Amino acid sequence: MNFHLIGVNHNSAPLEVRERLAVSEAQLPDAIRSLVQQPGVDEGIVLSTCNRVEVLTSTKQSADLRGFLGSYFGVSPAALNSHIYEFEQREAIRHVFRVASSLDSMVVGESQILGQVKEAYAIARGLGAVHSALEALLSRAFAVAKRVRTETAIGSSSVSVASVAVQLAEKIFGSLENRTVYLIGAGKMAELAARHLIAHGAKNIIVSNRTYARAEELAESFGGRPVPFEQMYETADHADIILTSTGAAEPIFRREHGERLRKGRRNRPMFFIDIAVPRNVHPDVNKLDGMFVYDVDDLQSVATDNASERKKEAERAEKIIELEVDRFTSRMKSLAVVPTILSLQEYCETIRQAEVDRIRGRLGTITPEQEAAIEAMTRGIINKLLHTPITTLKSSTDHPEAATIHEMIRRLFNLNTGKPKE
Amino acid sequence: MLPLFWLRVALCLYGVGLIYALASLWGGRRVLTRITLPAVGLGTVFHFVSLVENAMFSGTWAPTSMHGLESLLAFVLMMFFFVIYARFGATSPGLAVFPLVFWLTFSASSYAEPTEPSAPIFVSVQWIYIHVALIFIGYSALFFSFVASILYLIQERNLKSKTGISSFWSRLPALATIDEIGFKCLIWGFPFMTLGLIAGSILAEARYGTRYFADPKILLSGLMWVVYMVLLYTRWSAGWRGRRAAYLATFAFGAAMLAWAANNFSQMHRFIAP
Repeated sequence: MNFHLIGVNHNSAPLEVRERLAVSEAQLPDAIRSLVQQPGVDEGIVLSTCNRVEVLTSTKQSADLRGFLGSYFGVSPAALNSHIYEFEQREAIRHVFRVASSLDSMVVGESQILGQVKEAYAIARGLGAVHSALEALLSRAFAVAKRVRTETAIGSSSVSVASVAVQLAEKIFGSLENRTVYLIGAGKMAELAARHLIAHGAKNIIVSNRTYARAEELAESFGGRPVPFEQMYETADHADIILTSTGAAEPIFRREHGERLRKGRRNRPMFFIDIAVPRNVHPDVNKLDGMFVYDVDDLQSVATDNASERKKEAERAEKIIELEVDRFTSRMKSLAVVPTILSLQEYCETIRQAEVDRIRGRLGTITPEQEAAIEAMTRGIINKLLHTPITTLKSSTDHPEAATIHEMIRRLFNLNTGKPKE
Repeated sequence: MLPLFWLRVALCLYGVGLIYALASLWGGRRVLTRITLPAVGLGTVFHFVSLVENAMFSGTWAPTSMHGLESLLAFVLMMFFFVIYARFGATSPGLAVFPLVFWLTFSASSYAEPTEPSAPIFVSVQWIYIHVALIFIGYSALFFSFVASILYLIQERNLKSKTGISSFWSRLPALATIDEIGFKCLIWGFPFMTLGLIAGSILAEARYGTRYFADPKILLSGLMWVVYMVLLYTRWSAGWRGRRAAYLATFAFGAAMLAWAANNFSQMHRFIAP
């Protein structure tokens, strides 16, 4: 059994190349079917995301995966060769584990990739293209990804300004479900941050802008409510989160505004995300109980801290993966000797049965005790004889000559031809 | 002699919780998180076994000694911890609860007090038990609310300091969750505390008549109850959170501690069956 993987990702290939190899979801079953029809390919799965296209197979003999890629996508192999990476066996196992654990991602630790791998797995499995060795490998990969996620903090911190804002908001409000977001100023960046907040559950959107038409337009696109700029102060206490991005030269929220808002909100916390430069919210507001103010620099520095933290966590994750690769390879190797052990036992049992039947005819009538004694004795002989070959097989899986020993035992007991000789 | 074996087993398991709380302060929390909850959970089970055994041994459910009370209070605190964990998934209160529970259990299991046959019981034992159980639930609720208000302060400072989400304290639950834990505990604890005090007063009046009401124990308990009510009221009507709520909660908890300590100098109220 061999694992064989080839692919391109965001590091190895530019977008133009990845585009040509991308497989749409509708096309995926077809791609998998043609993959498993390749000579030598036993099982196969195709993973195609915006950052990578990978083909993973388990093969009985060597298979020409580069040829498959070239012919399936109609790309000349020469154009691909410099962009493709190719892994076999241990390397392939490690790569699959790393991809599933999001260590190979563009944004290390992002959580989407695991879902994408699981989806690809479900499709391939539905087609019967994944059943034994790949099944074992992929389900292990999911377990490893889970372990990495729980034992390291790799996915727990955000590394972009917008996602840091969301994470902070969640640290304050728990869930953003049904929270009110107030956009003051309607710049591109504010819009992006607002979309992030909405994606995480924020429901009520209020938009206020000096140009009322723009506020209306933006409010409509969010399904929110526009408010004239003059009424901004009166309505601000409805908001849990205030996102400011106006071009005002002086802060529009100062300490006294904060105090008034706090009263209006009966001390419930309030989160200011100030992405305007110069700042729209005076830093003093942050000193008030229950008021949290983050400006662009604060968000950026949190993001940078998180990125370096993530790097440290990634190193720990790599160690976990190395351990898991070791564990998986040795398990695969010990699985490989199981059929041999079974046929060895079967082979000896057949001989024993035949010999016992033959001797019983000559003995005439025997008591049940005697019969039991014959059974026990013959079984004992077989078990003692087989003990050493079986333990050798089991214990030699990590031995460099494991394959030779395995083959030797098969030959000695004539297991390759099937039937034992009479 | 009281059977202490199971209580000591529970103590060892609570020790894991104590180590967890201490290690957390040094930042080495990750590994312990996985073993701590099962350990203290198992500890709580053994603790329950020891309570049952105790009750069978002394023939009454009402705690008959100071140590029996400590053991019961520790058990109620653990139950509270698990209820909050089940509801909010928050383990952070453990930072304060585990050491306290450990200390109470340690004291309870250190040696067995002789159960002296005390004054003849003339009010039914059930009443005493109801009084103690209600008050303890009230105490636990107050303690959890106090812990939550401290955690709230820490989390608030953490978020204001902008030191990033990777710092140790960032593992605390969200501010809103801590707030909810604190408030829910206050609300749920209040009726228990009130009924417990009423039950206690009825008991005392039946035995001592009105002179009981000049006892320091009941004065401090009354003070505690008033602070408790103020705490609840400000939180409810004005939405006090953060610093001011934490001061009040500390004050209420301090009053509760005093009321508890009053047993040592109260003439009438001892942690021994009357």
